[in-house]
Amino acid sequence: MSRTNKESDLLSQGPDWSFELIQKYDEEISKIAADFGLDTYPNQIEIISSEQMMDAYASVGMPLGYHHWSYGKQFLETEQNYKRGRMGLAYEIVINSSPCIAYLMEENNMMMQALVIAHACYGHNSFFKGNYLFQTWTDATAIIDYLVFAKKYILECEEKYGIEEVELTLDSCHALMNFGVDRYKRPVPISMIEEKARQDEREKILQQQVNDLWRTIPIMDKAEQQSKNEFVFPSEPQENLLYFLEKNAPLLKPWQREIIRIVRKMAQYFYPQRQTQVMNEGWASFWHYTLMNELYNRGKVEEGFILEFLQSHTNVVSQPSFDSPYYSGINPYALGFAIYTDIKRMCENPTDEDREWFPDIVGKPWVEVLDFAMRNFKDESFILQFLSPKVMRDFRFFGVENDVLDTYVEVKEIHNSSGYQGLRQRLAQQYNLSHREPNIQVQRVNIYGDRSLVLKHTMDHSRPLNEDTIEVVKHFKRLWGFDVRLESWDGDQLEQTYTSQINSEETHS
Amino acid sequence: MSYIIDRRLNGKHKSSVNRQRFLRRYREHIRKAVEEAVNQRSIQDLDRGEQITIPKRDIHEPHFGHGEGGIGSIVHPGNKEFSSGDRIPKPEGGGGQGSGQGDASNQGEGEDDFVFQISQEEFLNFVFEDLALPNLVRKNLKEIKEFSLKHAGVVSEGTPSKLNIVRSMRNAYARRMVMSSGSRKKLAEVEAERDAILALASDTAPEEKAKLEWLDEQIALLKQKIERTPFLDTYDLRYNHHVKEPLPSTKAVMFCIMDVSGSMTQETKNVAKRFFILLYLFLTRNYEKIDVVFIRHHTSAKEVSEEEFFYSRETGGTIVSSALKLMEKIVKDRYSPEQWNIYAAQASDGDNWDDDSRICRKIMEENIVDLVQYFTYIEITPREHQSLWHSYEQVQANHPKSFAMRNIVEVGDIYPVFRDLFQRRQHESNQ
Repeated sequence: MSRTNKESDLLSQGPDWSFELIQKYDEEISKIAADFGLDTYPNQIEIISSEQMMDAYASVGMPLGYHHWSYGKQFLETEQNYKRGRMGLAYEIVINSSPCIAYLMEENNMMMQALVIAHACYGHNSFFKGNYLFQTWTDATAIIDYLVFAKKYILECEEKYGIEEVELTLDSCHALMNFGVDRYKRPVPISMIEEKARQDEREKILQQQVNDLWRTIPIMDKAEQQSKNEFVFPSEPQENLLYFLEKNAPLLKPWQREIIRIVRKMAQYFYPQRQTQVMNEGWASFWHYTLMNELYNRGKVEEGFILEFLQSHTNVVSQPSFDSPYYSGINPYALGFAIYTDIKRMCENPTDEDREWFPDIVGKPWVEVLDFAMRNFKDESFILQFLSPKVMRDFRFFGVENDVLDTYVEVKEIHNSSGYQGLRQRLAQQYNLSHREPNIQVQRVNIYGDRSLVLKHTMDHSRPLNEDTIEVVKHFKRLWGFDVRLESWDGDQLEQTYTSQINSEETHS
Repeated sequence: MSYIIDRRLNGKHKSSVNRQRFLRRYREHIRKAVEEAVNQRSIQDLDRGEQITIPKRDIHEPHFGHGEGGIGSIVHPGNKEFSSGDRIPKPEGGGGQGSGQGDASNQGEGEDDFVFQISQEEFLNFVFEDLALPNLVRKNLKEIKEFSLKHAGVVSEGTPSKLNIVRSMRNAYARRMVMSSGSRKKLAEVEAERDAILALASDTAPEEKAKLEWLDEQIALLKQKIERTPFLDTYDLRYNHHVKEPLPSTKAVMFCIMDVSGSMTQETKNVAKRFFILLYLFLTRNYEKIDVVFIRHHTSAKEVSEEEFFYSRETGGTIVSSALKLMEKIVKDRYSPEQWNIYAAQASDGDNWDDDSRICRKIMEENIVDLVQYFTYIEITPREHQSLWHSYEQVQANHPKSFAMRNIVEVGDIYPVFRDLFQRRQHESNQ
């Protein structure tokens, strides 16, 4: 690393930032990023105050959202914590859109601003653009337009039907939000113009379809009716609960269906982020580290700057041990950063162990391998594919199994040669959405009788549902309009039934 | 290429709507918290915000998720002494949630309380929610005798005393710009031409000299022309415009009447004071201007300052009617009921000269009840009621709309009694 330290090359001195400096740093960082082949959306860097950052927090990082009390709650919580000094605000928020919007806080010094630019505007940004999940599930160019549409639509509904009414519908939709995604189907990209154009049409058609299902006037002759009686609805279990309700709930008004749709689209927008925490944060951390160091290597920043940076960076990627009072699970920044850094190391300085475990990677150009790893995986498969024994040793990972019936927990694997495989699988599983969230699907609807609906929960490792279940079933009922029953199955054994009627939880054993 | 935008100038209260939605939804909780706060803190510092606490489970948003039970699996970092196959006893009573250890999650769904701050304004809103000043409307509908001048923009005609100098000068400036713009443009051209000639030739040829002279002449002419543009013209002038608006009576006077005879202890006075302050705060929310008149009495009544009212002590007997008479006099002298909304609050421990209670009732019914919007009497005593209470009871029976009385035993009663006295009446809520 040859380092030329001419005063004139330095971008700035002193901690203060200015708009010119931010521009200079951004240009320099973008040059370096381009040298490394990072492909990004155009950037839109917005400077905001800490109050505005709290606003941004409250709207789950969306630049504009519809009104709902839960965002108010979020805001009050953030405000209270911040005022009491219980937590600092994040340095940045970045939005998956094109142009990619990144918020910088005015309180930060120049080093932090540069760090955030490298992290968000080039790290996260290139991830949003490159990762297959984001490409499949979100349309970065359309999201802002869609948010505008959604906000306006809900505002109009509130004017027409009353805040109360809209709030009830939204509450129920939010309760089911994590069940608003087709995991195995490709969605249609969302855009405002199309939405608007199709909305009226959709209202009519939807109502028609629903009516067809619930037609009460007999139109067929006897024979046909008999065959119809064996018609099971839905013909296959439905995992996308919100979609099912939007299309089939008999009593919903057209505007309610539209609101379900909006919440569903939001869920879809956040779906990739929920599955790529480790990859996404790790990628951004890896690149802010690489880009900032390169700034120093090219003589653009001084020593004090890079030392200050390293301190911040170390805080970001630190991982407390399980027995530390600061421990709150695995830090996705730390794990992701370690894996990417280790991939680079294996490309450049492989050991014998690496040759055995990762014959495909060893000796390859690291930029290409990293790019491949970023594009084609989600957390679960990424860990399964790239978590090396060295990283497991560095983190001193160990896997534990906890059977509720046992008074002991059992250590299953640790970071040794017999444990690596199992440990890696266990960790990957932890990031598997279908393991993290219960599997609940619409099983059948009694379309000829009382229109009651049955949801089926298939247990994973005999784990029961949480205490919210009855509440959520009630929300489901509010949208469906008729009785709802949720059955919890462990294999062939019906373990528990939750129904939407009050006080009617029964246990089968 | 990145765009860099300064958003700091944008509003920072993007969440305020959502915040209001939240407050609306948890109105019941907040009201309860406010009520407790009012009872606990001293009324003096009622005029600030409050920390509201709501149990977390009440604002929890439910989601499907895994509960405790079954076989949990988790990977932790930082192994020190474990090796595979180790069995670790679960901590007692912890139930072994998740992995049974190290689950020091900072956002658990325990029974933590959700705490947040409401502002002073919001706090008082909740304190006085659903309270209304009785007979507030009546006065507003009375014949309006007062007017106020209000700004109504700017007009081009008016008296010199109402000349709006800034607007006039702005117009003049704009007009001068427009009227001289042609000349100034030409002047610039001519000057440029002259400068060009001067720059080119140092020793000037005769025909150029002639040209220069001509140009100089032009310049002088143009400058004159520009100067001739009038500095201020009649149609530049603008005048402030005012309109007369009828002024509903927004003035109120509050009479605080208190017995300071020997039987009133400092504690009783404190209770009275809190009640008075509460009433004062409440009135300030409804009226722009409030006068407070303090009348204290033992055997004779006297108008005093606030300090003297609450803290100086006197001894002797009690004649309540003296205070009522003084109040009537002050109203006649200074607070004409046409212009003022009159409220009165009287606090006493119930002692009175026996014969006097009858007189009180008479003065009250014949003179005072018709003057005031509302007269409240609080008796601060744990003992049995005496003659004054019974006389006033008759007043209340005859004039339920403008006279009310309650008994207060201890500090905690103040706020409930206050609420009770000023509860929005059904028949008024629609007005």
